[in-house]
Order: sequence, then C-alpha cells, then structure tokens
Amino acid sequence: MTHSHEPLIHIAKRDGIVWWKGWLIRIAGVVLALIVSALFIYGLTKLNPVKVYGAMWQGAFGTSKRTWVTIRDMLMLLCIGVGLAPAFAMRFWNIGAEGQILMGGCATAAVMLYGGATMPTWLLLVLGFVVSLIAGAVWGLIPAIFKARWNTNETLFTLMMNYLAIQITSFLVAKWENPYGSNTVGIINKSTQAGWFPAIFGQQYMLNVIIVLAVTILMFLYLRYSKQGYEIAVVGESENTARYAGISVKKVIIRTMAISGAICGLSGFVAVSGASHTISTSTAGGRGFTAIIVAWMAKFNTFVMILIALLLVFLEKGAQQIASQFRLNDYASNVVMGIILFFLLGSEFFINYSVHFRHHGKEVSQA
Amino acid sequence: MTQFLSLFNNAIVFGTVILFGALGEIITEKSGNLNLGVPGIMFLGGIAGLATAFFYEMHAANPIGFVSLLLSFIAAFLAAALGGLIYSFLTISLRANQNVTGLTLTIFGSGLANLYGGSLNKMAGGVGQISVGLTSKAYRAYIPALANLGAVGKALFSYGFMAYLAIILAILASWFLNKSRVGLNLRAVGESPATADAAGINVTKYKYLATCIGAGVSGLGGLYYSMDYIKGTWTTDGTIEALGWLAVALVIFATWKPARAIWAAYLFGILYWAYNYIGGLTRASIELFKMLPYVVTIIVLIVVSLRHSKDSQPPASLGLSYFREER
Amino acid sequence: MAEEYAVRMVNITKAFGTKVIANDRVHLDLKKGEILSLLGENGSGKTTLMNMLSGIYFPDSGQIFVDGQEVTIASPHDAFELGIGMVHQHFKLVDVLTAAENIELGLPGKAVVDRKAIAAKIQEICDRYGFVIDPNKKVYDMSVSEKQTLEIVKTLYRGANVLILDEPTAVLTPQETERLFAVMRNMKADGKSIIIITHKLHEVLEISDRVAVLRKGEYVGDMLTAEADAQKLTDMMVGRAVSLNIERTEPKNTVERLRIRNLTVKDIDGVTRLDDINLDVYGGEILGIAGISGCGQKELLEAIAGLQVTEPGSSVRYFPEGQETDEGEELLGRNPRSIADMGVRLAFVPEDRLGMGLVGSMDLTDNMMLKRYREGRGFFADRKPPHKLAEEVVKSLEVVTPSIETPVRRLSGGNVQKVLVGREIAMQPTVLMSAYAVRGLDINTSYTIYRLLNEQKQKGAAVVYVGEDLDVLLELCDRIAVLCAGRLNDIVDARTTTKEQVGYLMTYLKAPQGKEAQA
Repeated sequence: MTHSHEPLIHIAKRDGIVWWKGWLIRIAGVVLALIVSALFIYGLTKLNPVKVYGAMWQGAFGTSKRTWVTIRDMLMLLCIGVGLAPAFAMRFWNIGAEGQILMGGCATAAVMLYGGATMPTWLLLVLGFVVSLIAGAVWGLIPAIFKARWNTNETLFTLMMNYLAIQITSFLVAKWENPYGSNTVGIINKSTQAGWFPAIFGQQYMLNVIIVLAVTILMFLYLRYSKQGYEIAVVGESENTARYAGISVKKVIIRTMAISGAICGLSGFVAVSGASHTISTSTAGGRGFTAIIVAWMAKFNTFVMILIALLLVFLEKGAQQIASQFRLNDYASNVVMGIILFFLLGSEFFINYSVHFRHHGKEVSQA
Repeated sequence: MTQFLSLFNNAIVFGTVILFGALGEIITEKSGNLNLGVPGIMFLGGIAGLATAFFYEMHAANPIGFVSLLLSFIAAFLAAALGGLIYSFLTISLRANQNVTGLTLTIFGSGLANLYGGSLNKMAGGVGQISVGLTSKAYRAYIPALANLGAVGKALFSYGFMAYLAIILAILASWFLNKSRVGLNLRAVGESPATADAAGINVTKYKYLATCIGAGVSGLGGLYYSMDYIKGTWTTDGTIEALGWLAVALVIFATWKPARAIWAAYLFGILYWAYNYIGGLTRASIELFKMLPYVVTIIVLIVVSLRHSKDSQPPASLGLSYFREER
Repeated sequence: MAEEYAVRMVNITKAFGTKVIANDRVHLDLKKGEILSLLGENGSGKTTLMNMLSGIYFPDSGQIFVDGQEVTIASPHDAFELGIGMVHQHFKLVDVLTAAENIELGLPGKAVVDRKAIAAKIQEICDRYGFVIDPNKKVYDMSVSEKQTLEIVKTLYRGANVLILDEPTAVLTPQETERLFAVMRNMKADGKSIIIITHKLHEVLEISDRVAVLRKGEYVGDMLTAEADAQKLTDMMVGRAVSLNIERTEPKNTVERLRIRNLTVKDIDGVTRLDDINLDVYGGEILGIAGISGCGQKELLEAIAGLQVTEPGSSVRYFPEGQETDEGEELLGRNPRSIADMGVRLAFVPEDRLGMGLVGSMDLTDNMMLKRYREGRGFFADRKPPHKLAEEVVKSLEVVTPSIETPVRRLSGGNVQKVLVGREIAMQPTVLMSAYAVRGLDINTSYTIYRLLNEQKQKGAAVVYVGEDLDVLLELCDRIAVLCAGRLNDIVDARTTTKEQVGYLMTYLKAPQGKEAQA
C-alpha cells in the first residue's frame, strides 16, 4: 500500500463569526458578482464595464418615475420575502409563493371586475385585501395540512401547487378576457380606476409603501417577540423539542403556513390593485422564486430582506435599461440576477466554514 | 381512430421532452441532490443546441444535416452539464442550500437562453423567426417504410430518433441503477452518504458526476423541444419552464424509477393533450384540463407519503449536503 | 523480522472547534492476533480515536503505523486498503439495499454486480466463523443483531485484518453477546486483530487479551487482562478508586404519586417496546430504572410525559398532592401541555438534551421559557421572568457561560445539563424524571446532579432516575425497577441488592406465567 496524500484543504465549521466579518464576506461576494456581470454585459454589448453600471444606475434611479418603479418592484419582492420568512424560520420549504401570489391576484382581480361598477374604491380595496389574504392562505394551507398530518414532502407539494395556480389563472384570464380574442384581461376598470390604489401625497405608489412596510415591521415583531413566533422558532429547530415543550407541531405548521400563504396572497393584491391593474400568469413573474432566495439569504430577518431585495431589483432594472439600449430583450436581467445570487450563495460558505490549507514539509517514510 | 392516433402521437412527442428531463433528474436525485434547476438546465440545453445548429447552418458552405445534428447534440449536452457543474460546485463543494441554488439556476438558465434565443436573429443581422430547418429535419427524420405501415406504423415509427433514444436511456438507467456496481454505489450515496463514505465510495465524485451527467440528460429534453417539438425554432413564452417543472413532477410520479417514467411520461402527455379530443370545451376550461398532470402528481405524492412503502420513497438524503466531520 | 504490531498510533491529537480536545497525544498499540479492549467512560475519546483509524476523522497531529509502516488514513477507503474495518455503534448500512448489496458497496470489481458470486463468498465467510446471514434480505427487515452481523461480515468480506467494534454488545441480548464473543474468538484464531470498545468491565475481562484505558481524551495506560481485575480497571478508568459516597437519606412521608398499569407501547413498525408494565412511583423516594440501553426506558418516560402513543388498556394515574382519592387522574391520552394545564408539575430531563430538552440555537433566556412561554396574558411573550431565572440558574448551579445571551449549543456538555436540570427543578416538580442525567459529565457535575436529585426527593418529589452505571443506581436510588427487553423484570431494594443481581435481571428475562424464557 502506498500512502495516499493528506487532504490539502481542511474545512471546519465555524462556531460563529463576528457580524462585520460576515458582512465583509458578503460584500466581497457582491463585488465579485458585479465584476463578472460587467464582463458578461461587456461581452454582449462591448460597452465599457464602468459605464455599464452608470447606465444601470440610470435605469434604476435615473428619473423620479424610474425610482418609484424600482421602489414598487422592490416592495413587491420584499412583501413576498416577508411572507416566506415564517415558513422558512420553521424550516418549511414553501416553494409555492408563486402560486400563492397568483391566487391572491386572481381574488383581487375578481373583486375589481365584479364589484367595480357597484362598489366604492375603499370597499373594493378592503374586500381585495381580505380575499387576497384568504386565497393565499388556502393555497398555503393545503400542502401544510398534508405535511402536518402525513409528512408529505412540502418542497415538491408546494412546487406543484404553483402550476395549479398558473392554470387557474390562465382559466380566469380566458374567462375575463378583454377585448375578446386578445387572450389578456387588459387594464381592469381603466376608465373609472375603481379598486386601484389611490395616490397619496401625490405619489401613486405610496400605499404600496405603507402596506408593505407595515407588514415587514409586523412580521419582524411577530417572529421575534410573540409567543407564536417563539413556537415557530422551536418547531424549526427541533420537532422533538417542540413536542416536549407541549407545542402542537401540527397546529403550528398549519397556522404558520396560513400566515405565510396569506402574506404572499397579499402581495398579489398589491401587484394587481397597486401596480399592474391586470392579472395574467406573469403577475407573479418568477418573483415567488426570487423571493425564496431573498428570504433565505436574509436568514429570515425582514429588515435585511429590504437590502437584498433592493440590490436585486436594482440589478433587474439596470439590466433592463442596458438591454433596451442595445435592443436585447429583458432576459439579460435574469442572467445578471442569477450571477449575483450564485456569488451570494457561494459566499455563505466562507461565513459558515473556515478553510485551512495544510502544509507539511515532511516526507512520508517508505520502508 | 385518427383522433386517438393523433392524441397518441402528440403524447409521445410531449412525453419525450419531459422523459429526458425526468431521467436526468432521477440520476441527479439518486445522488441525494434535489436539483430544482431542471427548467433552467433544459433551457440551456435547448438554446445551446439551437445556437450551434444556427451558426453551423449559417457559416458552413454546404451544411450537412447529420453533422449539424451531431454538433448541436453535443453542444446541448455539454451546456446543460455545465449548468449542473455550477449547481454541483455550489451545493457540494460550497454546501449551499440545494433548493435555493436550484431555483437560481432556473432563473439563470431561462435568462441566458431567452436572451440568446431572442437575440439570435438580430445577431444574424436579419429579422423574423430564426429557424434551423435543415437540422430540425435531421432530428425529425424517420424511416418512411416503417412509418407507412398503417396505423401501427404511424403510432410507433413516425418519430425522430430522440423519442427512441429517451426510451433506450430510461431502460439503460434502470439497468444501471439496479444491476451495475456504479449504480449500486450511487444509490447508496443518495440514501446515506455517511454509509457510502465509510464503505470507501468517493461521495463527492459521485455527486458531481451524477449531477452533471443528469443535467446533461435533462438538457436533451430542451434540445428535443427546440429541434423536434417546435421544429427548430425558439419562442420565449416560457413553455420550457412549464415542461421543466413537469419533469420534476414526473420524477415523483415515477417514484424515482426510470422504467416507470417511460409510461408515466406518455400518460402525462395524454393528460396534457386530452382536452383537444374532448368535445365542448371552451378555451377557458382547456386551461383547467392542463392541470391534470400536476394534480395526479400531487395525488401520487400524497399516496407515497401515506403508504410508507420503503421502496417508493425519495432517496433518504435528498436535499441535504454531506460533511464528513459534522458533529 | 516479523512485525509484532498490527497497528500503532503515536501522539494522536484531535480537537473539535477550539474548545473540545477529544484526543490529546494518545498512544495505542495493537498486536497481531490479539483482542484489545479499549476502555473508558462516555466521552473519554474512544470512538474519536477509532474513527481516526478508520478514516472518518483526520488527526490534527500524530502518526499512525500499520504493519510497521507509517501511513496516512485520509478516508475510509484508505483504511480499508490497509485492512482496517470498523463496525460503528450506529450501523452504517443502507436500509433499502439487501445484505449482499450492502456488503458489495464501494468495492472494485466487474461493472455488473454478480449476485451469485457475492452470495457464495458471503456463505464462505459465514461458514468459517459461524455467522448466519441471508444475502437477499433487505436491511430494513433486519433485527439489530442481524444488522451487526452484517456489519462484521462486511468488514471481513473486505479483507479486514484489523477489526474495530464500537460498543457491539450495547444492543445485544446475552445470548447474542455470547455468539458474538464466540465469533470473535474464531476470528482471533484465524489471525485477525480486534479492538473492542466497551465500558462493561465483565466483558473486558471475558473476551480480551489486553486492555488499554482512555480518560478524558488522554491515554492512561494498558495492562494484560490476565493481570487485571475490575477494581484495577475502574481505578484506571475513573482515575481514583470508586467509592461513590453518594448521600442517601431514608425516604420519608412517601405517598403514591403515579400508578402505572398495563402500560404497553408499540413503535411505528408495530414492534412492542414496552410490554404490560405495572409500577408504582412514590413521592419522597428515588426510583431507579436499570436496563441495557433500548429496553424501553425511553418509551416509559415519554409515555408518562405525554410524548408516546400507548396501546389501549394502558393507564398512568397521577395522585395530586393533598388530595385523597383512590382513582387519581389519568395522564395517558394527554399531551405535555394538557398535563401541565391539569396542574401536574412534571419535570423531565430527557436523554437527548439538545435535541429534545433544549433548543441549541437559542440563548439561556429563551431556553428557560421553553415550557412556560405561554405564561402571562397577551400575544407577546414576556422575557423578563425567564431572564431572571436564567441568571439564578447560572449563579446557583455555577454554569460556565460567556453570557445569558449565548446559544446553549456553545456550552460544554456539563453546563448544558445544568441549564436543563436547573430549569426543570425551578418548576418545583412533584414528579421529576431523568434519563441518563450524568452521561458524559465530569465527576463534579455528576455529584451536583446527584445532590439536586436528592434535594428534590427530600422535598417530596417522586424522582425517577434512568441510569446505566449500576454503582450509581445502587447508591443513589431507593428502589430499582429493572427492565429487560421491554418488560419489567423485577423491582428490587437498592439498599440490599447486589450489582450482580441487577446485572442478572438486566440480561435474563424471568419467565412470566410459565412461558419459556426469552431475551
């Protein structure tokens, strides 16, 4: 038997890391990602990489309108991330945000369509708010009940629920199609603006800000200080401990997923009533998936989510700007987003593990 | 009869796309990696094949269909495997969360593919739909003598070679997992990496290889879609993504058994296209019909969790990373 | 010259993180053709040392020689190439594969697995050493003893000359243990070298040629078994003569607290774990529960605590303080919360401290509120009382922790247990159940725990102490209930019974109602 080589790299789990070191590593990850993205964009456009980010900044914050659109989209992502936070804190993989958003959006659109002619806007908004919560909660509850009762794999179940929601949305779009044959719903209540978020202080998206920030703060308080938040943390850590403490694991799973789904449903309300004023299968537009990554990276801290959501939306808007300047399509933003997320995911490793390189000068003796 | 035949044809073509996707994912999941990047990987395979064929047809003086087929096939497999490599590096070497990494790969893959898919025609300096007619024709070639044998011929022999390749791959995969030494080791890695490790199996190597090769196979689904299903064109309507998730569903439906995935894939195809052959449906209710594959998958998922049958469970370590010195 | 040693380990050091040094400059020699016992208390670093020999861990420093040559064992694969095989305490088998498939796992060979050839080779090994194994049986259908046999056959199949067995008898019945020892002797006769990790002295004396002792990660020494006796070994293992001198008061004012009748528990696979247990538990005394591990101790405590589904007909009645009833109140069918809501102050120190009793990632305050976070009105949890309690526990039990805000996972084992016991005692329990309360703790902390249990006994609590160290059980408890294979074999008086009697009751099930004895 000849000796085999000693492992060159030794990896050990860290006991913990000083917070600023963790952030330094993350920032290094983002910077690296920005460099790679710049190279990618350069490869596509031959645009000076430094100017690339100037142009991206223009795309995201160049005008007041663009800034507000950036904020609006950031809020949307944040709202979904906040909705996912309790599920993830419980270690429940809710991959079904996409569907929960759509169900909330469909419910809202239904209220606007059927009540638009008869009800005042405030009532439409209240109704939309409530039904979107319920619709999202139902969509979250179904997999939760099976998880609680029979331990059915929630990752796969919630994933499938997305497609049920997408088909239901397609069904409703075909049903509500306007004008006939367009295969879209069109802008709902375009002339009356019934059920639209009203402008506050002259700002069209101020209500979005208020709703989403309120939800963010409430969720932070809920998870950190409430008894139910404590239960979620215990269940997430160990179901055995939870049972030992007299916590009904089933009840907590079901309740938490109802809340998680409800808030994702609420973002459907914000998306339909507060932004697009229409419903289609792209109302969620993959944000349900992106938000999973946001929530995961933020370690369920809703305020950290703001930062990450802002970074992602900035990149998205910036990349869209570049794309339209160079008559490429919008998908460039997905590529850049993918790159940045890859680097952020990779940087987590250096936060959780320390890497040592071994160096032995000694020769292994051969007899 | 013609109606049934055409349903059958459609189901086979549809099933082939997701069969490739699912086969790749089964191989990947058998190593314990839940790669939710299947749609992204299929996108990568689809666009790489298409772009290769496109540039070959454009630049070669006398493009030959078979050469183009070969080049695009290899390109699709490699591009998809590269996607799997990104996923492997992040989840295996850097121990990133599998779900999150997979979803990111889906975002990335769909972005990259649609960016190029939408830009190829501009790059070519022209407008309108890109098309690789010659290559697509090669992919869709069949033996006329057989296909003309009446209904049976039409039903069984009227497809391009990849439809048969998918079946062969599924049978091979089934044999590989159950009979071969490497397949046995791979299953052990997915069930219990610590055990496999203690038995002297290089867990990291197995996970990397299974994930990359699995991704390559899944990518062939994207290739088949662009070359055969939509006849050598590209649309940015997100169909590949829907099919990619359906491939993930198929893995569950087949309870991680490649042989079972064959008929299950065609069943999905029949369910998906059934609305075409049922009279009196409105355009709206058709959409509800398209839910069927997902509904049956959910039912299978529930039944599997109810029955506790040890032989149809997901690989026991699915979704978890492995770290030998964890303590 | 023929090499005398099969394995030599020199100056081996291994640390986990910055705090725990599992092995500190340890030496170990294994001669060819001998059975060596590696003796040491829980947490003395035996398993870690062996894991480095089998390639699971890699030493921080030190040298390993196999057959006189220095080697680097970086993976289990390397170990197996060197002819070293280890049977871990937690079997490393794949449930959904057959015995043959598990054996063949990871081996080089033809691309296609030749099941017939494998079965034949397995049979050859079985015949040679006296094993019985069905190559086509799936592991999930096997008993513990079958799985262990499979593990041993697996290492032999791989050509192991050095065999490491990590606490192999912990899960076996006496007959199965005898069979194992017979097989070990056969292997020794065949020239194999064997290391057996154990902390059961009589087994050490029975089976081994030589004993090496570890204590708290350090190598103490070795001696020939022929020259050893239980007293000498214990001295080496513990470091000083074990005269436990645990304070024990006479029970006074004992009152019936729990009446357990016909308690039967089956696990998820329908296997009977507890069989018709009848037992009374009194306030003011310590009731010890003895038994080989996995004989139903866990199920018994968890059933009382409301964490275990029981079979129909089972009953656990609780008699509240100061109430004269013959009936008591039924505890079964309730969960921990509703038991607490009844006003039953039931404290439970479970075996799995960080996986059940505490939340590892939470700090001391949050762990103190685990069972009482519901207290106080309103939606939000009040963290002031638990914070105060945490400070009190840290002070009174001398918990070593950087702060109250430190996650308990970062504390050492002894301090983790102090936090857990401190919290449970703070509820002023009427029933206090503990499972392996001193496992892995140093002597001082162990005595702290004994003192705390005794205090509770004097305060009138019914204390149930599940333990594995018979000396402790005999000196600490008033009565000892001995479980064997899920049945209550006998209840004995701890003051008059001998260790041998308890040991016998643990391993030989009395024949109930004329049925033949089974183990």
